[in-house]
Amino acid sequence: MAPISTIHYLVVAAALFILGVIGVLTRRNVVIVLMSIELILNAVNLNLVAFSRIWGLHGQIFAIFVITDAAAEAAVGLGILIAFFRNKETVNIDEVDLMKW
Amino acid sequence: MFFLNNIWLVPLLPAAGAAIMFFFGRKLQKQTVSAVCVGAVALAFVFACLAVWQYNGYAHDNPGKPFERIVYTWLGTDTGHMNYIKHDGAPAAFHADAGFLLDPLSAIWLLFVTGVGTLIHIYSIGYMAHEGGYYRFFGYLNLFMFSMLTLILANNYVLMFVGWEGVGLCSYLLIGFYFHRGSASTAANKAFIVNRIGDAGFLLGMFTIAWYFGSLRLTEITHMARSGHFAIGDPIITAATLLLFVGACGKSAQLPLYVWLPDAMEGPTPVSALIHAATMVTAGVYMVARSNALFVLAPGSMKTMAIIGAFTALFAATIALVQNDIKRVLAYSTVSQLGYMFLALGVGAFAAGAFHVFTHAFFKALLFLGAGSVIHAMSGEQDMRNMGDLHRRIPITHWTMFIATFAIAGIPPFAGFFSKDEILWQAWTSEGGAYRLLWLVGYVTALMTAFYMFRLMFLTFHGQPRMSHEVEHHIHESPKSMTVPLIILALCAISAGWLGWPHSLGGSNRFEKFLEPVFAREAPVLQAEGESAQLAAGRKEEEHTSPVEYFLMIFSIAAAVAGFGMAWKAYRDAGKGYAEPIAETSPQLYTVLLNKYYVDEAYDYAFTGRRKVGDVRLGVMGLGEASYWFDSRVIDGTVNGAGWMTRLSGTISSWWDKWIIDGVLVNGPAILARFPLSYATRLLQWGLVQWYALVMVIGLVGFVFYYAVR
Repeated sequence: MAPISTIHYLVVAAALFILGVIGVLTRRNVVIVLMSIELILNAVNLNLVAFSRIWGLHGQIFAIFVITDAAAEAAVGLGILIAFFRNKETVNIDEVDLMKW
Repeated sequence: MFFLNNIWLVPLLPAAGAAIMFFFGRKLQKQTVSAVCVGAVALAFVFACLAVWQYNGYAHDNPGKPFERIVYTWLGTDTGHMNYIKHDGAPAAFHADAGFLLDPLSAIWLLFVTGVGTLIHIYSIGYMAHEGGYYRFFGYLNLFMFSMLTLILANNYVLMFVGWEGVGLCSYLLIGFYFHRGSASTAANKAFIVNRIGDAGFLLGMFTIAWYFGSLRLTEITHMARSGHFAIGDPIITAATLLLFVGACGKSAQLPLYVWLPDAMEGPTPVSALIHAATMVTAGVYMVARSNALFVLAPGSMKTMAIIGAFTALFAATIALVQNDIKRVLAYSTVSQLGYMFLALGVGAFAAGAFHVFTHAFFKALLFLGAGSVIHAMSGEQDMRNMGDLHRRIPITHWTMFIATFAIAGIPPFAGFFSKDEILWQAWTSEGGAYRLLWLVGYVTALMTAFYMFRLMFLTFHGQPRMSHEVEHHIHESPKSMTVPLIILALCAISAGWLGWPHSLGGSNRFEKFLEPVFAREAPVLQAEGESAQLAAGRKEEEHTSPVEYFLMIFSIAAAVAGFGMAWKAYRDAGKGYAEPIAETSPQLYTVLLNKYYVDEAYDYAFTGRRKVGDVRLGVMGLGEASYWFDSRVIDGTVNGAGWMTRLSGTISSWWDKWIIDGVLVNGPAILARFPLSYATRLLQWGLVQWYALVMVIGLVGFVFYYAVR
């Protein structure tokens, strides 16, 4: 059993990132898409924290900013989602095509 | 001076009669109608006589001065609201009074119009007794008397024109009295329309005078014309007088406007006597005589008038030679006699013209009333071919008519001799004999007059009876109300001429003396100009007589006797199918005369537009139609063509704008932008958020792969 090294963190983070991307691309429910985005952001946070073992605290500080950002992003995203639901009575992302020409 | 000062009552009396007939006539008894209407005219006659008598006293105190009474201002104001510009640029006020003028000329007309009018009214009581529309007839007659008296007594041209139109209207109404008969209503229309042509001339003449003299008052114009400011032959005065003469031609039935008068015989016979022989048709003569001061300044107009008068006299007389309708012969005879009057006026013998009007009124009214009596006796028959031998059956009519025939034929001492001879003598001497050709025309006419009048008498009263037995059975002398006027008129036809007994026969020609103030010149300036002075001086030089005058007198008596002789020879015992001497000599000439020289047909071709060749109308109406065609096709066609061209160019320009400007230049770039650019671009915008995300991921993977591999 080799000690847990940076590379393990990076593998876990990459797996989380890929899960998140797959979630964003495949799920129809906007809530799940937003949750998948959280997964991607957290994969990034994991990377930042893992690298801060080597390069110092900068990474951890940046990770806190990312969490804040994620919270804000989730709030805004859910807000848009509620407004959208009131108009279309749906939360399916493939029905959101207002931007189509 | 009561009657003179209230001269305006003379026309108003018959007007009141007409008004009563208009409002209540339908409900009145025939006796009442006769009493009101005949009474009104008789009263007017008495009034007129008294007024003229008082005028004589007035004229004695104011020699040569006409009596003028202005009742009120009818048209125009003194405040300058109706000012206009005269020919010389000076302002003039338009002003026409309801004013009445009595001078010797209007006095003569006043007396014979009311006098003859009264007699004819009395005659009508008997003549119209069995006719429907009795009150209508008398109402029209009274209205006519009112108009005629207004015409005569007017002191200005405008009021005269009112009377002028009024008599025209009454003439129309009375010609068309039997309006259910098509020929009568057509004849009425014809009279009215032909008269309108003349009236247009009168109106234009009136306007010219107003423009040139700045006044329409007769006394003022006469005064100005005689003042010597205007040259003899002044072109504007010539134009004005010619226009007035056109009016006179229409009313007094001169060439070429005489055509209505023969047809006017469709009216009841008293109407023919009153309006179309004695009074209305002399209105033209009256108007010209009234304007004598103007005519004297226009020798051209005088010449025209003399020539037209002479030829009308001859023309109508030739037609009268062969007509078979008793009233038509008399109608053409009237036209012919009116021609004489205009001949007299044209050679400057105004007094002689007026004198002939005066005598003619009596004998022609008598002839017409006699003809009416004959027609009455013949149960409505007017064709002389179906008469004959009436002299024993209706002796009073016979003798009175014979007196009138002697008068019109010019046999002394009957009235016509004096007036006709006076005219012929004036034609002979005028302008030093320049008009002797006109004298010859007048002389030949006199011969013809005698012939056709005696032809009428012989065919009607002598020869063998040619009527059917039924008609013959009914022949009867007319009632007293008809014969008494005949007798009175016969007395006048004998004696009326004696008023103008010429100097050469030891008389004093009082008639001419009486008229002298009207026709004498006031301007000594012009006396020097020999020719014109002679024209207007009322012919004073004839006071010394020449042997030629006696010679001419005998000559014209010879003409009358010759006419009598020829008629006697040809028609003395005309039986059924008697021979016309003219037809035997020259059948062609007879046909032409019988058809009145085809003048009516020519007018039909030229003016009425009833004649067509194929689809093309002839004459003036055809010209109108051609003008209409030209207007509608060429003028309007050009306009429409211009419109069509504009529309076409609009279409082209809109096509250009739509397809070239909008299509190629504006929409072209738009299409260019749309198809290659926008369709390609819009393919990218498919709207599914997750696809956008996939693209981003692919891009991200791509970049990562690119940097990793490098």
